[in-house]
Amino acid sequence: MGSRPLLTLSLAAILAAGLSHAEPVGDARRGEEVFDDCKGCHQVGEGARDRVGPHLNGVFGRRAAAHEGYAYSASMRRAGVDGLVWDFRTLDAYIENPRALVSKTRMSYRGMKDPQARADLLAWLRRFSDNPANIPEALPTARGTDHSVAPEILAIQGDPEYGEYLSSECVSCHQADGSANGIPSITQWPEEDFVVAMHAYKDKLRPHPVMQMMAGRLSNEEIAALAAYFKTLE
Amino acid sequence: MRLDRRRFLAASAATAASLSAPTVLAQDHGKPRVLVIGGGAGGATAARYIAKDSKGEIAVTLVEPTRSYFTCFFSNLYIGGFTDLGDIGHSYGTLAAKYGINVVHDWAIEVDRDAKTVTLAGGAVLPYDRLVLSPGIDFVEDAVPGWSVAAQNAMPHAYKAGSQSELLKAQIMAMPEGGRFAMVAPPDPFRCPPGPYERISMVAHVLKETNPTAKILLIDPKEKFSKQALFEEGWARHYPGMIERIGPDFGGDKVSVDPAAMTVDIDGTVEKVDVCNVIPAQQAGRIAHMAGVTDGHWAPVNAADMSSKMDPDLHVLGDAAAQGDMPKSGFAANSQAKVCAMAVRAALTDSKVFPAKFTNTCWSLIAPDDGIKVGATYEATPEKIAKVDGFISETGEDAATRRATYEESVGWYAGITTDMFS
Repeated sequence: MGSRPLLTLSLAAILAAGLSHAEPVGDARRGEEVFDDCKGCHQVGEGARDRVGPHLNGVFGRRAAAHEGYAYSASMRRAGVDGLVWDFRTLDAYIENPRALVSKTRMSYRGMKDPQARADLLAWLRRFSDNPANIPEALPTARGTDHSVAPEILAIQGDPEYGEYLSSECVSCHQADGSANGIPSITQWPEEDFVVAMHAYKDKLRPHPVMQMMAGRLSNEEIAALAAYFKTLE
Repeated sequence: MRLDRRRFLAASAATAASLSAPTVLAQDHGKPRVLVIGGGAGGATAARYIAKDSKGEIAVTLVEPTRSYFTCFFSNLYIGGFTDLGDIGHSYGTLAAKYGINVVHDWAIEVDRDAKTVTLAGGAVLPYDRLVLSPGIDFVEDAVPGWSVAAQNAMPHAYKAGSQSELLKAQIMAMPEGGRFAMVAPPDPFRCPPGPYERISMVAHVLKETNPTAKILLIDPKEKFSKQALFEEGWARHYPGMIERIGPDFGGDKVSVDPAAMTVDIDGTVEKVDVCNVIPAQQAGRIAHMAGVTDGHWAPVNAADMSSKMDPDLHVLGDAAAQGDMPKSGFAANSQAKVCAMAVRAALTDSKVFPAKFTNTCWSLIAPDDGIKVGATYEATPEKIAKVDGFISETGEDAATRRATYEESVGWYAGITTDMFS
């Protein structure tokens, strides 16, 4: 027996692993058809205007309720104040079940249950957002990076043991089992998203006062340590 | 396992051995022993973190008299009708089952710091290598002339939650139409600085719904109180004309009560009231005094590890400690407990020590969906726990912000009680 079957097998394994970790970036062409369901209230593209719902140009990377001239619900404004920024992940959650993310949103849409349809739709909508420019998506740009953080900070390898100690401050409010009830879950975030979010609080770009205070005194290494630790929690 | 004769004999020998050393569990023999007195936000958290993080290397015993512990935080919300009493009651079963903590429901009545033992009311003598005292508060005797614990049924304090909270709520619900509720507020320092004022808000909310012509008299020995501008703004908005506060400039610091007559004497003016909530001046729980680690009313501690300034093998957490800038709150006790747990583990095993960090946030509810908060972070200095940075809700915030703050407090309650008990 030569090495050939083994090679084929390992290649298949790599492909399978790669696919299972891929960001669910959909097919924009199909997404355009999915958008037909949304057209009753939303416009997108050149010349789009606000109608029942706001137009969706530039929605990626924008803070919730930040588009001027549209009368958002109090719930949506509050979500914006709390730091909700539209990215692939948050939009996906919102479209799946709007009220689960923003409890009293005016969007009277019951939700899109099919993950593939949502991925396709977001791929389409993504074309009408300014940034990033390198569409079609590579993994890093499809992620919820709402603020830029220097690459050398993102490159810090966190010490999960230190993170576990530091995390004891977090779990006075955020539950270690990932359940969320008035206070969001912080477990199992991709490390980079976690680091970016914490730096956004530290730099007072995200506005929540408790989190600004907590993040404000964490060093870059400590934020990396927390990200490394929380990623591991189930 | 089938019990045959050989195994029976072996088992008997093991039983005999354990009987000869009744205070030490056979499987914990030789392990360092940590004894925690008090199962509230400080003690339960410390016991849980020491047991959890030492992964069986340290034998942890928790002594707490009550089998069902009612948190003082959120007990005002029970009075206001926003939560059931059952929802703020917690048991210690998970601490025993999941982390192997030896939970003993008894009172600690004596600490022998030379022999390193604690005696319980039931007679047991427990040895320790490190002792953690987290006994909360007791009241200063004769702080409000006429009031004593013997009168707490006529004039409840409801400042240790549970039956007292239930009693106060029942009395409020039974007030005559247009009746009068009085609170005698405590002088600084005391447990939960916004607590009396959140309670006033919750009583006002209940009365507004059930007895809108009733009045509230707040008798306060302090010039100023926590989140004062926020509470006063909220009272004016939600409960106009209902709440009257008598500060020290009008005799709020010269108060006595007569529980039999249901009267309050405010600097010579006698007022008849229907319900009187007396929250007396406070001090460290009695066992801290008996252990000889108090200076005046409180137990001074070193900020870096919460160890007593009088005994390096004894730690004091939460309300009982004189630690510096942190308020006496459940959140603060929980935060201090984690620093203490890390220090105790490092002293008894070879675990790492990281720099101490402390946090506190206190949420208060003024009316439905009208929540406010104040918080700060702290660090350990050689002198004390020192404030680093802080924030407070602002007056005039919009309704959505206030509602989000309240919802956040509900999330925090779930978080901290999980962090203590499960």
